[in-house]
Amino acid sequence: MRKDLIRGALAVLAFTVLLGLAFPLLITGIAQVAFPGKADGDRSLVARPPRGPGDFVPRPSQTGYSATGTAFANRGPNQRATADLTRQHLRAYLARERRYVPGLTARDVPQDAATFSASGIDPHISPANARIQAHRVAAVRHLPLDKVMKLVDEHTDGRALGLFGEPGVNVADLDAALDQEA
Amino acid sequence: MALDLVQIAVFCAIVTATVPLLGGYMARVYRDERVFLTPVVGPLERLTYRLIRVDPGKGQDWRAYARSLVAFSGVSWLALYVLLRLASDGGWDLTFNTTTSFVTNTNWQYYAGEAVMTDVAQMTGLAVQNFVSAAVGITVLLGLIRGIASRHGDGTIGNFWQDLTRTLLYVLLPLSVVGALFLVSQGVVQTLGEAKDLAVGPVASQEVIKELGTNGGGFFNVNSSHPFENPNALTNLFELWLILCIPAALTYTYGRMVGSRRQGWAIFSAMGVLYVGLVLVAYFAERHGTSAQELAGLTGANMEGKEQRFSTAMTALWTVTTTVTSCGAVNGAMESLTALGGSVPTFGMGLSEVVFGGVGSGLYVMLLFVILAVFLGGLMVGRTPEYLGKKIEARDVRLTAIGALWTALIVLVFAALAVGTKYGGPSIYASGPQGFSESLYAYLSQANNNGSAVAGYTGTTFADLAGGGAMLLGRFVPMLAVLAVAGSLARKRVAPAGLGTMRTDTPTFVVLLLGTVLLVGLLTLVPALLLGPIVQSLTTSLF
Repeated sequence: MRKDLIRGALAVLAFTVLLGLAFPLLITGIAQVAFPGKADGDRSLVARPPRGPGDFVPRPSQTGYSATGTAFANRGPNQRATADLTRQHLRAYLARERRYVPGLTARDVPQDAATFSASGIDPHISPANARIQAHRVAAVRHLPLDKVMKLVDEHTDGRALGLFGEPGVNVADLDAALDQEA
Repeated sequence: MALDLVQIAVFCAIVTATVPLLGGYMARVYRDERVFLTPVVGPLERLTYRLIRVDPGKGQDWRAYARSLVAFSGVSWLALYVLLRLASDGGWDLTFNTTTSFVTNTNWQYYAGEAVMTDVAQMTGLAVQNFVSAAVGITVLLGLIRGIASRHGDGTIGNFWQDLTRTLLYVLLPLSVVGALFLVSQGVVQTLGEAKDLAVGPVASQEVIKELGTNGGGFFNVNSSHPFENPNALTNLFELWLILCIPAALTYTYGRMVGSRRQGWAIFSAMGVLYVGLVLVAYFAERHGTSAQELAGLTGANMEGKEQRFSTAMTALWTVTTTVTSCGAVNGAMESLTALGGSVPTFGMGLSEVVFGGVGSGLYVMLLFVILAVFLGGLMVGRTPEYLGKKIEARDVRLTAIGALWTALIVLVFAALAVGTKYGGPSIYASGPQGFSESLYAYLSQANNNGSAVAGYTGTTFADLAGGGAMLLGRFVPMLAVLAVAGSLARKRVAPAGLGTMRTDTPTFVVLLLGTVLLVGLLTLVPALLLGPIVQSLTTSLF
């Protein structure tokens, strides 16, 4: 057993140097040279709160869109608290958008608009959600609706390889593109 | 919907297609044959043996093999505990839980990664254990395979240090290098610097082994739903493949090492049937809203706790993949699944993680179920059971039963302790049956070394210690039972197959194996499932 313990200690040491230092440092080195922007954290991958009424609004976040301390909302399927919060999100969304989309009802609101994302910093909203918000954004920014809709389409990330995942509109990218139009 | 099902089908096809490639490669590595990486890795391998003073050709019997394994894991535990106390913000109880969690390949996390851990702790502590604890799981499997396959009857089952080193250098490290670079190219961060208002760090190098080693502990608190761990559907697909590739391919490795590929495919089929079934249930469950959403007036498929870029199909696929293997990484909030959807991961873990399972551990526990099925088959036809020419005797069946049933016992005892005493209460976040589901899930996950969480469940000193105990018992007792079985089989002479020998590579046997796994899982778990997820699925009341 003593021999095994010594071997174990030597092995832990050797593997820590190889797998805990050499490997991550090699990857960091290559990543920093080959993909500098991405390796340091691409900000367009992370949602941020809207700056004003002319911005698209990302999905509800339980952490105030914190990218330094993430947490799940942990709202269960049969919890009263979940129903209350969902209703609040739904009402806030309708109150914000109905002025610009007359006749908008709860049934028209896409799920992603009234539910907490997993990360709290989900950079995307569904295309349906974006097309509803486009009316408000166009009105506030005094842009033609067609123009805004076109930008929504241009900033929709499609399915990976045309098949995997779900299309989503990147809110930060879209807002940045709208700023260019003004 | 059609597109969703195509996504699921294509993913399953990709995994199946890589099984012979990776499985064949691993079989060559473990049979001491030359592979394409030998010129590069060979010198490093020999250097490692010199450094740790091992004669790799020296075979060990099961006791020596187990001693080496326990010594290595013990030293790993101590080193990680000391490192975490120095380089992270956890107290002694949290650090006990976290250390145990990473050494047992569980990666249950009562802490929030970006808030508690320094880069040094993540890189040189947690990520190293991600590698070596995964490799330890594979060594136990290799011991069992050699016990089954041995023809010489001298009782040796290989050399622990050699199996450990080869797994790390030939399998885990090369795949991790390629995988990490791909992840960075897609937007996973990898830096030692800081960024304003963003938590960053050496994520890609940890992300890749977290999936590949079925570890699951996230760099960030929200794990693989964080855009910096899993930025798009392509990385999601790749990470899913990383989780499944080794556990699935090991069935092929097994077939090659026992000299019959059909034996490996038979086990793969049994696992595959259960996997696809569970994925479909989870997918169709998540296409609906929850009772809470219906009451609030919200329609459509449940998006609470999911990311837009993954949505229903990719999240359902992930949820099942991560819980039937012992990975436990998540790309959405388990707590926010629909009631029926949430019962799938609970049930997946309740099947003792044999549907592909953890790297190594999934197949070695599945092989215990194979031996049980052979035993049951032997009882039905009234012959002494034998498996691949080895007679299965009373001692083997006793050890097998211990190995196969032990984890379920740990789950039920610890979950009962947590809900039956006052100590478990403070951990519970949700009211009503969801609170029970949280508690059951916590001990299912920890005893099965999974590590995913219905994450409202929070750490207390009691929860830290009980969880740590469940992880240690759930990891090492079955391992020792498996190695004992391996030692017993390794000493047996091979009897030639006769007319009455039950074949274990036929569809009939696959059905018998499925029946055994389901029977054991259902008998142990149904009462507990009734109190939590099933009640929740049947009611529309809110709590």
